[in-house]
Amino acid sequence: MANALAPQKNMTIGEGGLSLALVGLAILSIVIAAKAYTPEYAFHAYLFAAASIAAVFAVINRYFERPAERPALVNADGRPNYNMGPVKFATIAAVFWGIAGFAVGLYIALELAFPGLNFAQWFNFGRLRPLHTSAVIFAFGGNVLIATSFYVVQRTCRARLAGDLAPWFVVLGYNFFILIAGTGYLLGITQSKEYAEPEWYSDLWLTIVWVTYFLVFLGTIMRRTEPHIYVANWFYLAFIVTIAVLHLGNNATVPVSIFSPKSYIVWSGVQDAMVQWWYGHNAVGFFLTAGFLAIMYYFIPKRADRPVYSYRLSIIHFWALIFLYIWAGPHHLHYTALPDWAQTLGMTFSIMLWMPSWGGMINGIMTLSGAWDKLRTDPVLRMMVVSVAFYGMSTFEGPMMSVKIVNSLSHYTDWTIGHVHSGALGWVAYISFGAIYCLVPWLWNRRLYSLKLVNWHFWISTIGIVLYITAMWVSGILQGLMWRAYTSLGFLEYSFVETVEAMHPFYVIRALGGFLFLCGALIMVFNLWKTVNSEAVAGEAELQLQPAE
Amino acid sequence: MDPTYQAVAEFAQRWGLIYFVAIFAVVLVYALWPSRQKQFDEAARIPLQED
Repeated sequence: MANALAPQKNMTIGEGGLSLALVGLAILSIVIAAKAYTPEYAFHAYLFAAASIAAVFAVINRYFERPAERPALVNADGRPNYNMGPVKFATIAAVFWGIAGFAVGLYIALELAFPGLNFAQWFNFGRLRPLHTSAVIFAFGGNVLIATSFYVVQRTCRARLAGDLAPWFVVLGYNFFILIAGTGYLLGITQSKEYAEPEWYSDLWLTIVWVTYFLVFLGTIMRRTEPHIYVANWFYLAFIVTIAVLHLGNNATVPVSIFSPKSYIVWSGVQDAMVQWWYGHNAVGFFLTAGFLAIMYYFIPKRADRPVYSYRLSIIHFWALIFLYIWAGPHHLHYTALPDWAQTLGMTFSIMLWMPSWGGMINGIMTLSGAWDKLRTDPVLRMMVVSVAFYGMSTFEGPMMSVKIVNSLSHYTDWTIGHVHSGALGWVAYISFGAIYCLVPWLWNRRLYSLKLVNWHFWISTIGIVLYITAMWVSGILQGLMWRAYTSLGFLEYSFVETVEAMHPFYVIRALGGFLFLCGALIMVFNLWKTVNSEAVAGEAELQLQPAE
Repeated sequence: MDPTYQAVAEFAQRWGLIYFVAIFAVVLVYALWPSRQKQFDEAARIPLQED
C-alpha cells in the first residue's frame, strides 16, 4: 500500500545528462593523456579523467541516496527551503585556499629578500608568483564570492537556489579549475598573461563552470518572492557577466593541437596588450571590486543592523562604477606603443572613478549611522568598516597613480605592489574575513567561538598590512628615483643591481608584514574550527552582542 | 588607413561622451525621482527584514 503511494524514483535529465557528459569527458581525457605532447599535459589530462569518473560516481551515488521527490522550494512553515550545502563548501574552500595563498605569498616575499630560496625550478619566483596571485584572487576571493553570492541571492530574493546539481557543479568545478591552474603554474604551463595565466583547456573548463554559475544566479533571481532585486545582487550580476566577457575576450586562443597545452592568442602586438589590460584592470574592477562591494552592501547592514545609508546613492554608485571601470585599462600601458589618446582616455576614466568609488565608500561607512558604538564592541564589524576605509584609500591612490606624470615614476616599481596590496589585503581580504566570520556561525547555526580572537586577528593583520604597504611605498619611490637619477655628465647614476641592493631592507620588512598577516589568518582558522565544533545554538543562529557597559 | 582610423577615433570620442552623459542623466533621474523615496527606503531594509 505504502509502496503504491510513494512516487516512483526517476533519474532527472540533469543527473543522466551530466553523468553521460562526464563519461565522455573522461574518455576524451584518457585519449588526450595517451597522445599528449608533454608529460605535464598528460598529468592534467589524467586529473580531468579521474575527476570526471569520481564525479560520475558521486552523481549516481547521490541518486540512490536521495528521496524520490525533489527538495521542496518552500518549507512547511512557509519559509524558503534554502540550499546552503554549496555555500558551506565554498566557505571552507575559501579559508583553505586563503591560507595556502598567503603562505605562498610569504614564501615569494622571502625569495625576493633572500634569493637563495629559489632552489628548484618548480619553486622559483617566476612560477610561484602566479600561484600566489591566483590563489589569493581566484581561489580565496573567488570562493568567497561564490559562497556569499549564493547565500545573499537566496536570502534577499527569499528563494531556494536554482538548480539541483548545478550549484554543486559550480563550486566543485570552480575548485577543480583552481587545481588545474595552480599545478600548471608549478609545472611550467602558462600563457604568461598576468591574472590570465591558465592555458586554453583550463579556460574552456572555466567557461563552462562560469556560464553555469551565471544561470544558477539568474535562475534564483527569476524565482524570487521579494519583488525588488536588492542592490547587492546587481553587483554580483555585474561581476559574473563582466568576468565572463573578459575571460572570453582575453583568452581567444588557438591551441597548437588538442594534444598540446600550448596555444596562441588571435590578437597581436599592441592590440593584445590592450585586450590584456582591458581584462586585467577589469579583473580588479569587477572581480575584486564589484563582487566585494556586493558583500559590503549585504553584510555591513546585516551586521550593524542598520539599513543601507542611501539606497539612491547605491544605484548611482552601481551604474557609474560599472560604466567607468571598463575604460580604465589603458592606464597600465602609459608611455607604450598604445595611441596617446587611448592612454589619456584610460587616465581620464581612472580619475573619474574617484567619484563612484568614494560614493560607495561613504555609503558603506555611513550605514553605521546610529550604530557607531558597535565599532567598539564588535571586532567583526570593525574589520569590515576598516576594509571599506582601505577601499577608499586604495581607490584614491589608484587614480593618482594613473596620472601619466605620476605613473612615469611609479610604473614598474614596488609602489604598484604596495598599491595592489593595500587593496587586496586591506579591502578584499578584510571584507572577506568579515563576511566569513558572519557566515560560518549562520551556516552551521553556531555562536562564534571568540570575539577576542577576532580582535587579535584584526590587530595583528592590520600591523602586517601597514608594514607591507609602507615598506613598498618607500621601496617603490626609492627605486623609481634611483632609476631616473642622472649624473652631471648625463649618465645613469645607479646601475640596476645597486637599486636592487637598496631595496633589500624593505623586502625584509614586507616579508615580516606578510608573516603577521598570515598569523592573523591562522588565528581565524582556529576560531572558525572551534566555532564549527561547538554545540549548535537552539533557535536563533544570530549572534547577539552585549553592549559594553 | 589614416583617414579611417581618424574617423573611427573621432566618432568614438564624440559619441562615446554623449552616450555616457545621456546614460548617467537617465540613472540620476531614475535614482532621484521623488516618488520612489518609499520604494527605496523599503529596499534599503531588505537585508534586515528576512526571516
